[in-house]
This record gives sequence, structure tokens and C-alpha cells, in this order.
Amino acid sequence: MISPNFRIALRFLTAKKRAMIMSLSCIVLGVGLFIVTQATTAGFELFFTKTILGINGAIRIEDRIQDTMRSMAAAGSTDSYFAQREGVKYIEGVEEPQRIAEVVRQFTNVRGISAVVSGQVQIQSSFKTENAQVFGINLEDHLRVSDLAEQITSGTLDDFRASPRGVLIGRVLADRLQLSRGDSIVVSLRGQSRRMRIAAIYETGYREVDKVNVYLHMGEARSLLKKPSGATFLQVGEHDASRAPADAYHIEQVLRHKATPWQEREKTWLAVFRALRISTAITVTVFTLIASLAMFNTLAMIVLEKTKDIAILRSMGYERRDITRIFLWQAAIVLAIGSALGALFGGVVTWLVEQVPLPINGIFKTDHFIVHRDVNHYIAAIATAVAMVMIASLIPARRAARFEPGDIVRGTAQ
Amino acid sequence: MSTPAATTHAQPGALALRCLNLHRYLGQGEGRVHVLKGVSFEAHCGRVYAIVGPSGCGKSTLLYLLGLLDQPDQGEIEINGNIMSNSDDAARTAARGAHIGFVFQFHFLMLEFTALENVMMPMRKLGRLASDEMKARAHALLDSVGLGAKTHRLATQLSGGEQQRVAIARALANQPTILLADEPTGNLDVKNSGVVFDLLTRLAKEQGQAVVLVTHNPEIAQRCDFTRPMRDGVFV
Repeated sequence: MISPNFRIALRFLTAKKRAMIMSLSCIVLGVGLFIVTQATTAGFELFFTKTILGINGAIRIEDRIQDTMRSMAAAGSTDSYFAQREGVKYIEGVEEPQRIAEVVRQFTNVRGISAVVSGQVQIQSSFKTENAQVFGINLEDHLRVSDLAEQITSGTLDDFRASPRGVLIGRVLADRLQLSRGDSIVVSLRGQSRRMRIAAIYETGYREVDKVNVYLHMGEARSLLKKPSGATFLQVGEHDASRAPADAYHIEQVLRHKATPWQEREKTWLAVFRALRISTAITVTVFTLIASLAMFNTLAMIVLEKTKDIAILRSMGYERRDITRIFLWQAAIVLAIGSALGALFGGVVTWLVEQVPLPINGIFKTDHFIVHRDVNHYIAAIATAVAMVMIASLIPARRAARFEPGDIVRGTAQ
Repeated sequence: MSTPAATTHAQPGALALRCLNLHRYLGQGEGRVHVLKGVSFEAHCGRVYAIVGPSGCGKSTLLYLLGLLDQPDQGEIEINGNIMSNSDDAARTAARGAHIGFVFQFHFLMLEFTALENVMMPMRKLGRLASDEMKARAHALLDSVGLGAKTHRLATQLSGGEQQRVAIARALANQPTILLADEPTGNLDVKNSGVVFDLLTRLAKEQGQAVVLVTHNPEIAQRCDFTRPMRDGVFV
């Protein structure tokens, strides 16, 4: 059964149609634009995250920590202690990658581990010479911790598997050296040179990677870099990358090797995305603020216009809280309609934005706007609108409830 | 016109309303006026009382106090044996809903609602009847005031006299023991004034309600059971 207050509120809504429609429009815009901006900023952030996880994995385990922490009793006869950290000493690289990998595999969230040896080299083509960073990998291991398979744009990984002296080279470096699949290059380090063949060209979209990183087979890299054992680092892939900081902390505690989660590695970019998301949310919240002011204004007008109705209702037994509820119901009805239409509007505009061509190549590669649809964006947009509009509506609603019916019928209501 | 079945518990002649030594000041500071100066009054079920007097003598102020729409600065108000003058807002509101019906000079119908919905409004709040029963009673009340054919008209689509008849039906909706009317015919022509007064008194008497009305109209006042003239805040 519909409550009398709701029934009255529904009918009062028609009292100020134009003002109500204006309030409704502001709510629709506020909710809709909130959803769109969050979808786009989150879309780019998540795409960036996917890109860098596809390159570097969730966690990188590198130098061993030689702990020099010591505790000592404070001078004098007190029982107090203090810890003095004299500094942490790092021993470069991972000396026993197999043993470390075995322990790390016991973490349930770990999807794969790839040992990598790395070093600076020069790559020479018939056209010119460029500096590069070689990464010696066991391909099958590395495919479990990266998106290398999806990043190949020319050639195949089978070519790489089949060719002991094959290399995987980034698109930007290949273009700079004017190289194509199957071309020969000379890889040089400390006067030692080796001729190798381009097995495939990859493109991550992250320009700094595509310009520098060159993948070799582990054996070839060890021989070239003169690193017969150990690894420069271990790249760890995780099922749930959001848990990387906690896992990295535990790995560091257990294995005494520096473990860096992707969130720390990429904190500069992530901070930029976060700031962007917050700034757009603040901007769009202004629409919701305007909606709440519009609703305040509309309800205040209705309260003034309906003082006699308030007196009638009070004279026939409606309580102060009934009067408050009647006006809050009006705000709630407009909010409900506005939120539903706003969510629909946001969904449609998000889809339209997704169709907009936008070539980006730098920290990731895309040819159109990237959006991320998340029910939390809808919840946040509606929650913001509800909080602001209901708070703004409370003032005229409470004012209406404070009217003394005797004052109204006498014509002396303030 | 048929009258809806009256189930009010009011016994004819029983004391419905009493006030003792009511004082009321209005305004503030230098503009503060002593409007009611120790007024006492009683109303019994089944009787019609007229309070008459010049404008500003305090008769409407007294009516609002009796109807618990306002609070006295001093004195006592008793409704159906319960002293209400010092009770809180919630208790006074509940008493208004259950025991008192109002008819105002300017009808005060809710314009976005039909005649039927206006009459059902107090019943919905009180919640004594089921929805179908409320509707049936509202129809019967509107029939009894001669508006059975216009139940679904918006208040704005009714004439002044019709609106006042709807207001009477609404005042009777919860079968109150007390009916208070502030210049109920003050805004109507002579013909409609007669119709409205007849309705008010006939229905109230049939249901045993105490009717207290404030009027400037001497003809109306003469037709009431009791007339109480007021001047400068006291009965004379």
C-alpha cells in the first residue's frame, strides 16, 4: 500500500514542473558525466596497467639483501632498547634463481616465474647502430609472466623457438635500424660481436620498451653477457596483480631479496592517473552540486507555495515528520528518476566515447578511446547524487515541518 | 442526499470541549498584543455554537487554540476529557487527527487532488479504515454534501460553494467529536452560505458532533443553538 506521504509527494511534484525538470536534468547530467569520466580515466589506467603487466609482470625479484640491522641495549641501566638501522646492503642479482623460484611458486597467487639475465649491448644493422638492452629468457617461462605472445606484430614465436640465434626486437628499434623479420644484425658487447637474426618483431605500445628491449634465448644471452649462472632478476606473474604489494613484501621477508611490485615500479604514472581521476570526479561533482542547489531551490519554492497545504495537513493530523517526509520523498522521487536516466545516459555516452578514434602510442598503444565499465562507477555516481541532493533537500523539508499551522491560517507564518 | 452511516461515539449532550481562562498574546516587542484575556468556553456534542464579534476581537485565535493549532500562553484546554493545553506537538497532532475536524473560510482544499482524494486524506493518515472502506466513506460523504457526481473532479474544477462542501465532507471524514469552522460561509454568496450552513449543522447533528463556528453573518449566528459574542478578547 502506498503511504499517504508518498502519494502527496508524488502529486506535489507537478506543482513546479519546470523547476523540477531542471533539477532532474542536472541530476541526469551529474550522474551521467560522472560515469563517463570515471569509465574513460579508469579505462586508460587499466589499459596502462595491463600493458606494463604484460611487459614486466607483477613483481620483479632482484638483488639480494644483506641485512645489517642490529639491536643493542641502550646505554645505562634502563631496560629500554632501540634498533639502529645502519643501512641495507644489496648484492647484485639473483645468485640461485632455481631455488628462489621454487619458494616463490609456493605462493598461491603466483602464476609463473621467469629468470632473466640482462645487460647493455649495441645493435648494428646495415643502416646504423643503436644501444639496446638485451634480456635473456626461457621463452616458455617468460610467456607465463608476460603478454609477449600477443605483442608479436611480425614473424612468429615459433621462428624464435626454432632459431638459437634468433632475437625478438621492438617495433621502434626495428624501425630505427630499418630492420624487418629475417634480417641479420650484429650484437656487440665489450668488443665481442655476434651475428643474429630477427625472428620476430614485437610491439608493446610502451615506447621506451619498444625502443630498447631485445629478447634472446637464455643460453645465448649468458654467453654474450658472460653470466654463466644466476639471473639479473626474476619476473613474477600473478593471478591477482592487485595483491602484488603484499606478496612482494612477503617474498622480500622470506627470501631476503629485493622484490618490487608493479604498483611501486609504476607509481609515477599511477599517481598521474589517480590525480586525473580525482580531478575529473571533482569537476563532474560540480554538476551534482548544481543539481542539489537546483533541488534545494525547487523545494524551497514549493514549501513557500504550499504553506496552506501544510496547514491543512497539520490540521488533519499529519505530524511534523510527515511534512518532512513529504518533501524528502519529492527529492527522492526526482533522485530515483534522475539516477536511472543518468545511469542510462552515462552508459550510452560511454559507448559513444568508446567509438571515438584516438591513436595513442607512448605508454600504451590504442587507436580508439578506452573505457572501463564498472558497476562501482555507477554506484559512486548515484551515491554522490543521493548524498548531495538529500542533504540539500533536508533544509527546506525541515523548514516546512517547523511551520505552525496556526501561524499559517492566521497568515503570520515566517 | 444520503448521510453516511455515523459510527461516532459522541453522546448527545456530552462535554466535547472545554477551555478555562485562556490567554494568548500575539506579536513581539512593542507590537505584542493581548488577544485573548481569560476566555472560558464549553461545547457539548450535538450542539452548534456561534462565536461572533468584530474583526480582531480574538474569535479566530480562540478557534485555533480550541483546535490545537496554536498553544495558549495561559489557561487550560480539554478535549474529550483530556487536558491538551500542555501536551506536546505529537499528542496535539494526534488529537487533531482523531477528534477534530476543521472547515476554513478559504476552503483550503489541496488543489492537485480530486474531491475524493481530499476527503480521503485525513482517513489515510489516521489509518483506521481499509482502503476500500475509506473510498466508500469518502463517496458517501461527498454524496451527502451533494457532490456524488463530482468526486473525481480536481479541486480547481469546483466552484467556491462546491469546494466548501468538499471541505465539510473532509472535516467529517474521521468522524470527529468536534467540528470547528472559521467563517465557513464568509467567502460564499447568500445562497451558497445557506446551503453550506445547513449541511454543516445537519450532518453534525446527525452524527452528534459539537460544532463551533466563527462568523460575521448575523443570520447564520441566529440559526445556531448558542451564540457567544466576543469583544476585545473576552466573551461579553
